[in-house]
Amino acid sequence: MVTTDTRINTETVLSVEDLRTYFTTRWGVVKAVDGISFDLRRGETLGIVGESGCGKSVTMLSLMRLIPIPPGRIVSGKIILDGEDIIPISEQEMARIRGSKIALIIQDPMTSLNPVFSIGNQVEEAIRIHQDIPRRSVTEKALEVLRKVNIPAAEQRAKDYPHQMSGGMRQRVVGAIGISCQPQVLIADEPTTSLDVTIQAQYLKLLKDIQRESNLSIIFITHDFGIVAKMCDRVAVMYAGRIVEHGSVRDIFNNPSHPYTEALLASVPKMDRDVDRLYSIEGQPPPLHDLPVGCAFADRCPDVMDKCREQYPDSLAVSDGHIASCWKLE
Amino acid sequence: MAADLSGIVIAPPTRRAKAAGVYRKIKRWPVIPMFLLGLVVFAGLFAPLIAPHDPESGELRERNIPPAWSNGERAVKTVVERMTINERTTSVTLSDAQKIDPNIQLGDRIEVFVRPAGSTKFLLGTDHLGRDVLSRVIYGARISILVSVVTLAVGGTIGVTMGLMAGWYGGFVDEFLMRLVDIKLAIPLILIALVLVITLGQSLWIIVTVLCLFIWPRFARQVRGEVLQLKHMDYVSLAKVSGASTPRILFIHIFPGTINTLIVVATLQVGIVILLESTLSFLGAGVPPPTPAWGSMVADGRDKLAGGVWWISTFPGIAIMLTVMSLNLFGDWLRDTLDPRLRQLE
Amino acid sequence: MTTTESPAQTTEPGQVLLEAKNLKKYFPVTKGLLISRVTGHIKAVDDISFELRAGETLGVVGESGCGKSTTAKMMLMLEEPTDGSILFEGQDVHHTSAEVRKAYRSSVQAVFQDPWSSLNPRMRVKDIIAEPMVINWSISRSEQQARVMKLLNDVGLNEYHSNLFPHEFSGGQRQRLAIARALALNPRVIVLDEPVSALDVSIRAQIMNLLKDLQKEYNVAYMLIAHDLATVRYMCTWVAVMYLGQIVELSPVKELFINPSHPYTKALMSAALPSHPDMEQEEIILQGEVPSPLNPPSGCYFHPRCPAAMDRCSVEKPITKEISPGHSLSCHLF
Repeated sequence: MVTTDTRINTETVLSVEDLRTYFTTRWGVVKAVDGISFDLRRGETLGIVGESGCGKSVTMLSLMRLIPIPPGRIVSGKIILDGEDIIPISEQEMARIRGSKIALIIQDPMTSLNPVFSIGNQVEEAIRIHQDIPRRSVTEKALEVLRKVNIPAAEQRAKDYPHQMSGGMRQRVVGAIGISCQPQVLIADEPTTSLDVTIQAQYLKLLKDIQRESNLSIIFITHDFGIVAKMCDRVAVMYAGRIVEHGSVRDIFNNPSHPYTEALLASVPKMDRDVDRLYSIEGQPPPLHDLPVGCAFADRCPDVMDKCREQYPDSLAVSDGHIASCWKLE
Repeated sequence: MAADLSGIVIAPPTRRAKAAGVYRKIKRWPVIPMFLLGLVVFAGLFAPLIAPHDPESGELRERNIPPAWSNGERAVKTVVERMTINERTTSVTLSDAQKIDPNIQLGDRIEVFVRPAGSTKFLLGTDHLGRDVLSRVIYGARISILVSVVTLAVGGTIGVTMGLMAGWYGGFVDEFLMRLVDIKLAIPLILIALVLVITLGQSLWIIVTVLCLFIWPRFARQVRGEVLQLKHMDYVSLAKVSGASTPRILFIHIFPGTINTLIVVATLQVGIVILLESTLSFLGAGVPPPTPAWGSMVADGRDKLAGGVWWISTFPGIAIMLTVMSLNLFGDWLRDTLDPRLRQLE
Repeated sequence: MTTTESPAQTTEPGQVLLEAKNLKKYFPVTKGLLISRVTGHIKAVDDISFELRAGETLGVVGESGCGKSTTAKMMLMLEEPTDGSILFEGQDVHHTSAEVRKAYRSSVQAVFQDPWSSLNPRMRVKDIIAEPMVINWSISRSEQQARVMKLLNDVGLNEYHSNLFPHEFSGGQRQRLAIARALALNPRVIVLDEPVSALDVSIRAQIMNLLKDLQKEYNVAYMLIAHDLATVRYMCTWVAVMYLGQIVELSPVKELFINPSHPYTKALMSAALPSHPDMEQEEIILQGEVPSPLNPPSGCYFHPRCPAAMDRCSVEKPITKEISPGHSLSCHLF
């Protein structure tokens, strides 16, 4: 599994600067995403890891400009995709960008396909929206994409309806729709959680192959460090709406520098060695509508200091390209 | 070790959040329907105390008196010795005319009341037998409430039992009970009611029976659907694992889960029951006269509408309409409030 | 009636509590609405045998449709086996008096995957936890409540939680409540059906550690249904790998991770997600998907996907062989 290689060049495809997405609810303002920044380079895979409610899904929705408004709104920040900030642009322009420059694969292949259209139809639809090409070549192109995601006997399967396919096959069709217009960025939101392990392995391998072929940049939204270890080049760990640690996958695994990352890694059982007792993080994440003044992890942190409860820590460099927000590093 | 992990405190909502919640609830409450329904229930319960007159007897000479705010109607007519039916609108007999003015002569023209003015004695006027319409409308609420309560109790119980059995046992039992539901849909119940009344005579119990037959399938269907979902919940399996008996599972774990739906269905069904009861009464298959029922009151006034006597039918009609509409609005609100799937969307 | 107080814990760790012998569960597939006829059988579980020992955990791993949930249901008497027997302390629980069955039921409890569906939302915590006692034990209300408080403490919750309703708890706490309920009758065996997979990563370790502590304290046997091999490695003493209703490999956990032998086990290990980016894994990507249990392949059920398939695999069903003490598998390679 070689992940660092020359295909990653330094060209930045997507750059997020100080993105803040808030929701107004009956409990008050929920700061679901509160000032996150990261860059995504061409051909690179970035993992965004965190528990439920940490803001990783809202990040994904913000990048796609799919935040329901109201109650949500992008309060500030920039999302620069292919040189253009997509926050101020109109909904029509965004609709054109979605699918063609940035695409999304979501968790549940059952709900992301329409049960009343054949899968061939749905892939063609995705192509026709973004590309003005004659009908015949649309069909050809759809078949080509289905073959690309390794759907056996694509000509026949294209006539099938979603319910006639297994979960793994459906997820491949969703993938096919995602890559049908050669986007530059693919956001995968836990695409394999509903799949069995052997099918998951097939699917992840497929994604890697497609990435290698088309130099695609992928953002993996997940809660599973196993996926990160297998797929990602760089990792951003999120907690309570912020990125608490950010670095290359080896930095994060070999030298976790934020206590949350460290604890999370220590609390996962290992495949390759016996662990006598797992570390367990006490308590639960704070509610996002009532965040403490200082570091949101302070109450669960084994190394908590007074300063942590007074001020949110700055992003401090651990090593080149590896940063963590923790006063311990100061 | 494990014991200290629980420092997870469930924070009670702040006072402001609570107040905001209450405000939100009030804002959403269907105030008008609730008020009207309260009025109907109040009228039904305390009819003898609030009704100004006896609803079942009246003086014939006080018949067809219009509502209190009506001014009556006068017309100038010629005094004649004798008149034919055709001359009624233009002439008046000497004997009648002398009651107003003893000095009147044949051939004179005199101004007479075609219709008397309303009086505060009868706020909504009187019917063709001189009975107070207001009192009858008030007592009519009683019949509607009685019929709905009995019907809901009996029909609801039958429906819930059937639904629980169909959903829980599935297979043949389910098939059989659901086919019964289909059969009900194919039977013209109003026709059956009419036939029953002709053969057995009018009685309250016939309508209650017919209405029960009408409403149980709705309950059965809703409960069955709910049971089909609930019986796959893990807590039902866990109850089985703990050795719980079927009745225990049905009544402790499944039935309480259907109550929200039942309340909603019951509210919406009351509207239908009242409407049907009125329909049957209107057709003469309802509560036997002289007991006042809204439906039969509408029927009573029906042939007087042409003569300008509109109030006999109109007021019970309005009562039916407002009650049923309030019930539907209230039922919709209840469904929105009690259905957790919709509640999450708030 | 059953005893009023907890049965004395006399079992030694490692003593065989429960034995499943040649368990089978076939679901008939029918056609036709009114006059239905059986057109085939889904062989959900097809002739499996295993043992559960006090104080030990048997992990059952496999992909969806491999029969692990059906096995769990048979253990819990939620499904009747088509054939085979479950021996509990030497007695066949399906061919015995109602009393023994009742005793079995209260000795085998369960914790399920979804903490949101395993607690009745309309009951208070104290009633949920006390329910098994209400059904099975004739003890007074105050004794029940005293035990509920003890159980809440055991699973790391507080006494004031007993008056709350389930929706006032988080997922992890709810799973603790489910565990407290499962412990109420002092069971000898607890079936854990994916008890942590619905929980957040940071909460999983809490629950796994709790389960381990409770096992040490009460010497209870666990049967853990799981799909994650890392979890199995951490939690289990024994592992059974299931494929299409059969146990293809059964082994002590250490042995299995050092020396996985069945090609399917190897494939599962290679497909499992690594715990470190530099972890060495064989790259075995299985082709295709699990065949339908309605119409399983001939011979060895795994042969159409097996990278090491030979001619005889498609013809002859492999028999179960023990390759080292306690480590048995069904494959023609051995």
